[in-house]
Amino acid sequence: MSLNKTLNINTSPHIVKGIRTDEIMRNVVWALIPVAAFSVYAFGISALFVIITAVVSSVLTEHLLCRFADKESTISDWSATITGLLFGLTLPPNFPLWMVFSGGVIAIALGKYIFGGLGYNVFNPALVGRAVLQAAFPVAITTWYPAFSADRFTTISSSTFTFPFAQPVYDIVSGATPLSAFKFERISASTMDLAMGLTNGSSGETSAFLILLGGLYLIYRKMMDWHIPVAMLGSVFLLSGLLHLIDAEHYASPLFMLFSGGLMLGAIFMATDMVASPITPLGASVYGAVIGILVVVIRTWGGLPEGVMYAILLGNALSPHIDSLIRPRVYGTARKGGQA
Amino acid sequence: MLSFLSKTLKTFRHGIHPGDYKDLTRDLDIARLPFSDELTIPLSQHLGAPSRCLVKVGDKVNRGQIIAEPAGFVSIGQHAPVTGTVKAIEMKHHPSGKMVESVIITKDPFSPQTFYNEHAMEWENLSPDELISLIQHGGFVGLGGAAFPTHVKLKTPEGKNARFLIVNGVECEPYLTSDHRVMLEQSADIFLGIRILLKILGAEKFYIGIENNKPDAIALLTKNIPSDMNGEVVALQTKYPQGAEKMLIEAVLKREVPSGKLPIDVEVVVQNSGTIAGIGMMFRFGQPLIERVVTITGPGINNPANLLIPIGTPLTDVLDYCGGLKENTRQVLFGGPMMGAPQSDLDVPILKGTSGILCLTDEEVTIKEEFPCIRCLRCVDACPVYLNPSRLGALAKTRDYEGMLEYHVMDCVECGSCSYVCPSNIPLVQRFRVSKALLREKQAKAVKKSA
Amino acid sequence: MLIIISIAALGGLTLLLATMLIVANKKLHVEEDPRIDIVEDMLPHANCGACGFPGCRPFAESLVNGGSLPGKCTVSSEEGRVEIAQFLGVDVGAAEKQVARLACAGGTNVARNRAQYQGLQTCQAASLVSGGGKDCFWGCLGLADCEVVCDFDAITMNGFSIPVVNEDKCTACGDCVEVCPKDLFSIQPESNRLWVACKNLDAGDEILEGCQVGCTACARCEMDAPGNLITMKNNLPVIDYSQNHNTQVPIQRCPTGAIVWLDKKKGVIKGEKSKKIIRKGERRIATT
Repeated sequence: MSLNKTLNINTSPHIVKGIRTDEIMRNVVWALIPVAAFSVYAFGISALFVIITAVVSSVLTEHLLCRFADKESTISDWSATITGLLFGLTLPPNFPLWMVFSGGVIAIALGKYIFGGLGYNVFNPALVGRAVLQAAFPVAITTWYPAFSADRFTTISSSTFTFPFAQPVYDIVSGATPLSAFKFERISASTMDLAMGLTNGSSGETSAFLILLGGLYLIYRKMMDWHIPVAMLGSVFLLSGLLHLIDAEHYASPLFMLFSGGLMLGAIFMATDMVASPITPLGASVYGAVIGILVVVIRTWGGLPEGVMYAILLGNALSPHIDSLIRPRVYGTARKGGQA
Repeated sequence: MLSFLSKTLKTFRHGIHPGDYKDLTRDLDIARLPFSDELTIPLSQHLGAPSRCLVKVGDKVNRGQIIAEPAGFVSIGQHAPVTGTVKAIEMKHHPSGKMVESVIITKDPFSPQTFYNEHAMEWENLSPDELISLIQHGGFVGLGGAAFPTHVKLKTPEGKNARFLIVNGVECEPYLTSDHRVMLEQSADIFLGIRILLKILGAEKFYIGIENNKPDAIALLTKNIPSDMNGEVVALQTKYPQGAEKMLIEAVLKREVPSGKLPIDVEVVVQNSGTIAGIGMMFRFGQPLIERVVTITGPGINNPANLLIPIGTPLTDVLDYCGGLKENTRQVLFGGPMMGAPQSDLDVPILKGTSGILCLTDEEVTIKEEFPCIRCLRCVDACPVYLNPSRLGALAKTRDYEGMLEYHVMDCVECGSCSYVCPSNIPLVQRFRVSKALLREKQAKAVKKSA
Repeated sequence: MLIIISIAALGGLTLLLATMLIVANKKLHVEEDPRIDIVEDMLPHANCGACGFPGCRPFAESLVNGGSLPGKCTVSSEEGRVEIAQFLGVDVGAAEKQVARLACAGGTNVARNRAQYQGLQTCQAASLVSGGGKDCFWGCLGLADCEVVCDFDAITMNGFSIPVVNEDKCTACGDCVEVCPKDLFSIQPESNRLWVACKNLDAGDEILEGCQVGCTACARCEMDAPGNLITMKNNLPVIDYSQNHNTQVPIQRCPTGAIVWLDKKKGVIKGEKSKKIIRKGERRIATT
């Protein structure tokens, strides 16, 4: 027989599993949508504006940077969307939009693109953006808008449309977040309220329940390494539990620690940034545990009420070292004990 | 429920679960392909030194007659698969892409093509070395695909001891069913072959490893084990690359072959079930390895089949017999989809190591967009020798070959599991192949220099 | 008070560390021939390895020890070699300029591909996949590994995906020889101008289907060459460069132009009888 064309030759394997990187990224976005929806429900239109601005600024920055570098735009891999969403969810819902926008630009430009884009970032880009904002606007980022205020769907917080470089004006300001309330006044919120998200805080960190749900979905789809959240939450629970046993007056209960602040969002969606976390299961567990311990240490003894962001950034910095120290044992080489 | 049961079966750690696609040919009996008019027998169909040619142009040869002898210990004999005349001895395209010296035989159209020297071979009173020599001259290689000469693995080095023989009936490559059919149709030959190998090795026990996607073969062989033999059929979980020697040993015996060592170092010898059936057949009626069972399959072929094909038959004749290729065929592979060798042309012969011919169409062969590595650890989870392919891939990209050595690239078995699972479509295993080839070259040079 | 303590502490630490550094420098000092540094400075710092040493420094050591002569360095200029020789008071040594030569001319305009290769776009990767898909198993794959590896920009791919060596820039470092998976490059004295630009070990006119400029092993060059300058081995002419090879006679009757004369000025000269190749004029498609 004859064939009227040339055959293709390429290297084996000649079949691949269907799943693709952009698909994984898209699923992370799906998992985050309920969290974002709840924050809009709890905080109203202001939160919606913050989240949309964050996503738009991240995606736009990525697109423009690729354009300037004469490369094909990489926004279709959805990673910039995730960064924007996560970044927006870590901000107070009444945060001035121009600050949100500049934070989004910083997150992508300095957190990701400067290292070479997706796959090369050392730190979680969303947290880089937030860390810069925290340093630049320490007041704005700790001024909270009350959750479930009656007119949240009809009025926009006066601080939202602050002109660039102007002092934001706050009309309604809530009391403290549960964490700062505990830190400075020793008032503990109920665990149930925390889990359901009926408290004040950043847009996306209030509903621990929905965050857990999103995480379970990703773990079920095998798109997330469960070692990291388990190790991180476990170490927070154990360490704060120990402290609580020693002195219940000074140290918050472990359940309060677990469900308050940004720990859930951080443990499930931020620390698990695959690029900036170790690659082996054991390394991932160590990494999670280190972050968990840092969270408790910062919350308990540090100057700030919340420490998830810095703990994860420090963990990111450690991750390459964990990877070079903890390597998988290669088949047929000696185990630690010396036996082959 | 069933998947829970299969979880309890033995297997190795890591690995992947590609779909098995074996339904195309699973239930088709082995059929004999008619003899082609002209056959091409490359003198190098195996790993090791090419065989030394014994015939001249114009010589008449009989079916099964030896036409080339082993040129050294790691080399084998070659035989005429048909009765006919030597037409030429020249360079021909080899399925590996190389040009290889080959003997071309034209079929004698009037010959009945029966094996010329039919007789049962005496083996019970021969010494192991004599039996090894018979197998070497019989031209046996591993029929699973790597084509490593069988007798080399049977020669136990000084001071080593082969206690177990593992018969590899795993056939973990998707699509392929040739070993499966051989186990179903030639179980008597397999047990005769095992008897002979046990005698050569002095081994105490044999295992037949079969994946549980071949329940009929497991049942049949378990039923047919002769009562005087010490061995068992081990049903294994279906997983790739279980057919790799090291993985099979781990699955069956829970032993790890030390890095850089051979199975004999853990007292095991592994042989492919098809090879053992062939050896049994040779001792039953004297026929050396001149034909083998090949699965012709894939979405690109009109009539998939399991065929008994004389070595050296042109690929085009085989495809014609199976109804030809479909219009949208894009790729023809020798072997399975995970490790098979792509063919650049159809003008190649069937070899001893050809376990299957897989025809893929435009649908399967698409260029996949490559993304950056996102370190999702799927490759780490898949690697059967527990390497870190993500890290190795990054090192290969920057040509840091020394760094790759440190990350044990030489232990890579090139099974392709990492490339299979990579969501970013990074050609990991191809990078490792290139790096390994370069490193081997470097090492060879270093050895030469120090010598 | 606090300020004074900090200044004192830091100052003390500085002093201590500085003393340690001085002691270490004196104690651990290794005597070395100062000429090694000077000679190394005179070398081109290319660290190319063409001299047979891992880099310029070991070569400089060998020069000073009298183990080798400056002529071994193919990269430095004539004056540079003389300068080193004068400095060390030795002979310059053999310095016949050597260049890398490619034994293939089968570009996309004349050679056919059997199959379409997809995957990593390097010759080394492609050659492992069924030989790379080129009809001629021995021929250049044209994926420019040599162009990439050349530190001196001496190799550029022409419009038909065949590397062209710029003899002025080439330093004969041998990197291209090492990188080519088909072993098509070799280091040759520049004066070797009679050249067989083919490595096809097959014989007969069938090979022309795959490549129009391949050697068919017709042996006309062997017959025409003076004396036994050319002998056929493995279906290829082999030129004995130890004899006088300054002749263009052997190329004249070559039917395909596989044996050529590499003129310094005019470039590649083919024999009068060699078939005129109809250039398809297709440009190299950017490989992605």
